Amino acid sequence: MQLTLEFGGGLELLCQSVKIHKVNVDLQAGKEKLTMRDLLSWVRTNLIKERPEMFMKGESVRPGVLVLINDCDWELSGQLDTTLVEKDVIVFISTLHGG
Amino acid sequence: MAEVEPKQKKASGRQCCICNQRRAVLKRPKTLEQICRECFYAVFEDEIHRVIVDNQLFKPGERIAIGASGGKDSTVLAYVLSELNRRHKYGLDLFLLSVDEGITGYRDDSLETVKRNEIQYGLPLKVVSYKDLYGWTMDEIVKMIGLKNNCTFCGVFRRQALDRGAALLKVDKLVTGHNADDIAETVLLNILRGDIARLSRCTSITTGEDGPIPRCKPFKYTYEKEIVMYAYFKRLDYFSTECIYSPNAYRGFAREFIKDLERIRPRAILDIIKSGEDFRISTSTKMPEQGTCERCGYISSQKWCKACVLLEGLNRGLPKLGIGRSRGLNGHKKDIEQINQMNNIQSKPCGSLDF
Ligand SMILES: [Zn+2]
Ligand SMILES: [Zn+2]
Ligand SMILES: [Zn+2]
Repeated sequence: MQLTLEFGGGLELLCQSVKIHKVNVDLQAGKEKLTMRDLLSWVRTNLIKERPEMFMKGESVRPGVLVLINDCDWELSGQLDTTLVEKDVIVFISTLHGG
Repeated sequence: MAEVEPKQKKASGRQCCICNQRRAVLKRPKTLEQICRECFYAVFEDEIHRVIVDNQLFKPGERIAIGASGGKDSTVLAYVLSELNRRHKYGLDLFLLSVDEGITGYRDDSLETVKRNEIQYGLPLKVVSYKDLYGWTMDEIVKMIGLKNNCTFCGVFRRQALDRGAALLKVDKLVTGHNADDIAETVLLNILRGDIARLSRCTSITTGEDGPIPRCKPFKYTYEKEIVMYAYFKRLDYFSTECIYSPNAYRGFAREFIKDLERIRPRAILDIIKSGEDFRISTSTKMPEQGTCERCGYISSQKWCKACVLLEGLNRGLPKLGIGRSRGLNGHKKDIEQINQMNNIQSKPCGSLDF
């Protein structure tokens, strides 16, 4: 599944200072849909190169990291349980930096 | 025909609960309302306007400096304030005021952001630097003292630098971008430290009315989440790299705790601020009497102001002077205590503005 991931607010520093990543994420064997929960674990394994604790806490993002799916707050779409579809754009922004 | 529109499809379920027309894009932490982008802009700006009016933060004709770090809070503040000033005819002369601490790769980059803001928002910018004011950059200070106590210098020097910059601009007030999350965090820290005197004071929307230049916080009730969402949707240009000299771990834990609480119950942030406000101490905790520093003329309750004590240490090669338990130059133990307190109330790490 093709997705666009964008990291901002300082999170890009965790993935080699690249803000926008066009990625291809495969469905896990035996599953017919991809959820945000799956995507986060994929991101942690494949994109985050350092300090993963700045990005995640438990199986979700660290509190203070905002998530938008197609420019819509993920708190409106079920957060971890949101089902992703082809060409979705997911933005992660840290609110924890600077002022 | 297989060409589905995922964006529309997923969105169709949720409508804005204010206008009932457009799709909701944001869940407000304050009210848990689901609202669309246009309604979000409107309520976000209106609430700040209300805070400004209800608290009589400004008078027509005043000159106001916006403490600008290039970060999200002060960038959004500069944008919203110039917008509201136009829309509601506050009649204010607005300026951007930045402090250049002299931190290579951090402050020089964020200052570029402020310079772009100067052009984008049409606000005149004044930069005051540690090098000019004190003869030392933060880089040089850190080289001398190491990473351990540098936030003491940062906090003391920045506070004074902003006051001096404000005096140069001849402004009536200084506004800072401290948001509700910041204030809740400071309330918590003051409780954890048993600093009851500062506890009720740290929630005041305006402080320093007895000092050289009053400071106020129009974002006192504005959630960090909404500030960042606003900046994102408006594509505002801000700088978001953590200062390389920010080892304030204690504050970091308080921050994390607040964010954890917010996830479970977003209203917790406003409730913590409320608690701080309601802590009115009955005992008259005496605040030190204000005089002026014998050396530089800045307000000080002691012979020398904190910046001068720290500077003297640096210049004499005794950088520990004025920090921790070491003896003060004036020989007054009180001095040291004050500086320790100063260190304690220091708000966010370097790169952001403190109270
Ligand atoms: Zn609406
Ligand atoms: Zn600092
Ligand atoms: Zn002085």
